[in-house]
Amino acid sequence: MAASSSSNWVMESGDVPHVLAVDDNLIDRKLVEKLLRNSSCKVTTAENGPRALELLGLTSGGQNNMNGRSKVNMIITDYCMPGMTGYELLKKIKESSVMKEVPVVIMSSENIPTRINKCLEEGAQMFILKPLKQSDVRKLTCQLMN
Amino acid sequence: MDGIVQLERQLVDYTASLFHEGFLDDQFNQLQQLQDESNPDFVVEVVTLFFEDADRLLNELTKALGQPSIDFKRLDAHVHQLKGSSSSIGAQRIHRVCISFRNTCEEQNVEGCLKNLQQVKHEYSLVKSKLETLFRMEQQILAAGGSVSR
Repeated sequence: MAASSSSNWVMESGDVPHVLAVDDNLIDRKLVEKLLRNSSCKVTTAENGPRALELLGLTSGGQNNMNGRSKVNMIITDYCMPGMTGYELLKKIKESSVMKEVPVVIMSSENIPTRINKCLEEGAQMFILKPLKQSDVRKLTCQLMN
Repeated sequence: MDGIVQLERQLVDYTASLFHEGFLDDQFNQLQQLQDESNPDFVVEVVTLFFEDADRLLNELTKALGQPSIDFKRLDAHVHQLKGSSSSIGAQRIHRVCISFRNTCEEQNVEGCLKNLQQVKHEYSLVKSKLETLFRMEQQILAAGGSVSR
């Protein structure tokens, strides 16, 4: 159901993790936000890749709404989004010298092994199948906090 | 006091029947478990969002299938959205029809799409009415001083 690669997720102790959740579906955004809040995370949501990049300060305009990487501890994004897919967003994040260490989790309603492998190879921390459950999010945030 | 117990019993039975008849699946339980003091209306809020979104999508689907030249990609994109949100709230029957609907979009099968649209509208109106009944029952119990167990 979820595949992951191991890594050290850097976070200052005592901090509340800040997660950026990206999904074009309104209901899924509300759900992932609540799931993350229930796991004691601060959440910012974005409805598409370009908006997410803007919030992360990775657009060419140099606008930086969240003041750099130390403010975001994890990005969780849907795979299937119109315009920029979650995979393309993942690539852009991994290409950035500032954001590449931030774990990126991909969500999808479709269990397609080639898709999963492609994302993991591009550096995704984990691939989670939708619909999201509390146990999925708990797993993620536990790793973040350790 | 007896009255409340009766109502509470009815709610339990009604909810169980919705699961039994396949209208709802375990994901709905997930939603209920997310409801807490900080968000006492979470389930109603999410389901209401779903209703609004579904209304919009069903309108778009009807329009798209009424075009002289059907844009199947656009059709599929709408069905994908509805499939996703119905799955996320546990509306199992709608989700299942959407799976079939995506197939007929891919096959560019107009007849199949029209049938699926009719089916999805039917399932939607059923589950909407049942969830509205469920919420009404909960409100009655809470108003009478009872509790709604999760």
